[in-house]
Amino acid sequence: MLNYIFKRMLSAIPFMFMVSLTVFLLIQAPPGDFVDSYAAMVASSGETLSPDQMAELRHRFGLDQPMIVQYFHWITGVVTGDFGYSFEWQSPVKDLVGERIGLTLILSLSAMLFTWALSLPIGIYSAVKRYSIGDYVFTFVGFIGLAVPNFLLALVMMFIAQKYYGMDVTGLFSSEFQNAPWSLARVADLGKHLIIPMIIMGAASAAGLIRILRANLIDQLYMPYVVTARSKGLSETKLLLKYPVRIALNPFVSSIGWILPSLVSGAVITSIVLNLQTVGPMLFQSLMSQDIYLSGTILLVVCALTVVGTLISDILLVILDPRIRLEQ
Amino acid sequence: MNTANQTSDIILDVRNLRTYFGTGEKAVKAVDDISFKMMRGKTLCIVGESGSGKSVTARSILQIVDPPGKIQGGSMMYYGKDPKGVDLAQLHERGKEIRSIRGHEISMIFQEPMTSLSPIHTIGNQICETILLHQNVDMAEARTRAIELLRRVEIPNPQVAIDKYTFEYSGGMRQRAMIAMSLACNPKILIADEPTTALDVTTQAEILALIKELQTSYGMAVLFITHDMGVVAEIADEIGVMQNGKMLEFGSAEEIFYEAKHPYTLALIDSVRKLETSARAARGSRVTDKKLMEIRNVSKIYPARSNFMGKPNPPFKALDNVSLDVFEGENLGIVGESGSGKTTLGNCVIRVLSCSGGEVLFRMADGRIADLAKAGTHELRQVHREIRMVFQDPFASLNPRMTIGQIVGEPLLVAGTHTGEALRKRTEELLAMVGMPAGAMERYPHAFSGGQRQRIGIARALALSPRLIIADEATSALDVTLRSQVLDLLLDLQDTLNLSFILVSHDIGVIRYFCDRVAVMYKGQVVEHGPAEKICSNPDHPYTKALISAVPGTHPRDKRIVNRHRYDAAAAGIQLSGS
Repeated sequence: MLNYIFKRMLSAIPFMFMVSLTVFLLIQAPPGDFVDSYAAMVASSGETLSPDQMAELRHRFGLDQPMIVQYFHWITGVVTGDFGYSFEWQSPVKDLVGERIGLTLILSLSAMLFTWALSLPIGIYSAVKRYSIGDYVFTFVGFIGLAVPNFLLALVMMFIAQKYYGMDVTGLFSSEFQNAPWSLARVADLGKHLIIPMIIMGAASAAGLIRILRANLIDQLYMPYVVTARSKGLSETKLLLKYPVRIALNPFVSSIGWILPSLVSGAVITSIVLNLQTVGPMLFQSLMSQDIYLSGTILLVVCALTVVGTLISDILLVILDPRIRLEQ
Repeated sequence: MNTANQTSDIILDVRNLRTYFGTGEKAVKAVDDISFKMMRGKTLCIVGESGSGKSVTARSILQIVDPPGKIQGGSMMYYGKDPKGVDLAQLHERGKEIRSIRGHEISMIFQEPMTSLSPIHTIGNQICETILLHQNVDMAEARTRAIELLRRVEIPNPQVAIDKYTFEYSGGMRQRAMIAMSLACNPKILIADEPTTALDVTTQAEILALIKELQTSYGMAVLFITHDMGVVAEIADEIGVMQNGKMLEFGSAEEIFYEAKHPYTLALIDSVRKLETSARAARGSRVTDKKLMEIRNVSKIYPARSNFMGKPNPPFKALDNVSLDVFEGENLGIVGESGSGKTTLGNCVIRVLSCSGGEVLFRMADGRIADLAKAGTHELRQVHREIRMVFQDPFASLNPRMTIGQIVGEPLLVAGTHTGEALRKRTEELLAMVGMPAGAMERYPHAFSGGQRQRIGIARALALSPRLIIADEATSALDVTLRSQVLDLLLDLQDTLNLSFILVSHDIGVIRYFCDRVAVMYKGQVVEHGPAEKICSNPDHPYTKALISAVPGTHPRDKRIVNRHRYDAAAAGIQLSGS
């Protein structure tokens, strides 16, 4: 097992390099660079940058050098822990991204737990009592959940929370805690603010997971081993939880691997609407302004977290299902 | 014997049992008003083909019929602890009463031990579960008992085996574990639903002998569900014959086998006895002395792989230096148990799998000799027009989204020999050859039964007028009465179309009926080959002897399996290659 984990980590290194190169090239693929978008921004406020000024800026940022040199410069920095400098924010990438990654992780994990807590009982109920009224209701609500864009749901929930409960729901912190140092009160504040984003982000993936669990469980419910267990005299509830549900659980564990990237890339709009200080909106903004080092770093970190998430879910799968062997 | 005594001998009295799937007009009457009695310590066999309702009968007793199946009427008096009896049909299917009988007083074993045991719990966990459920013991005691049970069903090294998973057991071991599980609480009745159908003949013989032996020592009544009259002849005290949900005939083994009245029972017995003769001898075979195919020193080796502990497994020799000839007009049988390499050989011969070594020389229609082991793409394509395959599973081997016409015509279309009207004509002709109506062309496979589908598969194989057909277990998935029909069809076609066959099968009866010559495979090697008559009645090699003697007979009076010859490879000093 340890040997396997070590090997997986090792094989992640060349993979990460390939990802970093691809990411770097893709970010620069659209025409223009940061200086162009900066010039456009300045122009919109009525000033202009002369070509000399722009060349001067490019030289300062190193954007006049060939792409491969820029990449090499960035990646050698990354290896030593220096993720470069954000042109737009005028500050080191590391400082910008650090806390946001942490908050994103917290939000992801709580959304995942919410997803599980919601979809496990509903999925089991829907499979066992399929074609019952309850199943149809959950199916209907689930499809609505899948079909309605998250940001719309976010707007609706914000409206309701503000109007009827007078809650301040945007952002992850109340204004007094925004830049305060970590304390118990700040954690409690974060907890309060997490609820709505957690529900919104969890709901859509819960709808998907319920469908997967329902389909998987229906397949398992009439497997011969279930009949065997019933012929032993087990009660239906015990039987259900011990055999078919255990086996249908695999997709839950697999979801650990993909929930993180989907939360970063898929929930950007929701995060913007809710004004969450996660990496999603920052990634979006940095891509718009071609802030290459910032966007590159975010994508690289997300990729690394995905690799780790997949590894964790693979390890859990092995523990959960003895049929799966790590190496074959 | 007085009446009172007779009643106390009865353990289960089923009267007018009706189990339907669905309700109203459209209800499928899976079990339609059947009655039978089971005696203490005796074996009752219920025999019938697929869809006869025999499994549903067995499951009705424990009330574990899958929905929408439901017991609609009748009574099932069980005389266990309560001498007045309990009517199992009246108990609630989820209630405490029936659950305390399931696995405790009446237990059940199933057909497919791989899927009938949980894949993710250890064998020990599953056996202990039954013990803990019905008996007031702690975990340690349950474990001790489970180990003892595993020892009882002859599982080697039970202390270690108890912590293994299902997939770490072989097929026979799994069924033994299943039996151990069902015996956990000393049941009064053991229901066995086709427990040996998925097993090799020698393993089947072992399991049958084991059940018989345990029955005597535990004094259980056994309800044995099977489609195999041979197995019935070996073990039954009483026999019930079922068809379409009805019990056609019920009587002692002697009565059924020697004085059967119902034509269906006679047909069942006949279809098994028929396979004890050779159709080739009766028809007069037309084997020529022209070699059609020469298999020379063919090997198939799967290279060494390291397992998850990092220990390398040795390379696996699926085929070890196999040499065989096929003559024109001849039917060569390849017989062996699962894992013997017989299917691998069939696949290597037609180059579905590539050989690791050796030659497969095929004499083409134009006289050229092609070596299939080395042939290039172009040559292979030509050879594949002359060698075709018929597959085992008539359900999985036909594309459900294609019409029968498209399925049968596809090889012609691919080969580019027929198009348009000519293609349609040829397809009709092919379907007529296998006895299918021309109207079948527009329909989809799901509209046809297993036997008809296998005919369609045969028509597809015939499309390009091949000279050699490889039939891999082509009749294994069919009911016994269909089995000889399909074999007869193949033999008729052989007479008119000048075909040769390589028939791969685990079924000695099929081989004896169909083949001129037989090669017996064991662990990748041909241990014996010769004329079918000789191999099937008087073999030389001890393995073949064991194999033949494990085949159930068709006469209840000579219990062959009890007196079977057992083969121990290690004791026989055979050097085995691979593992």
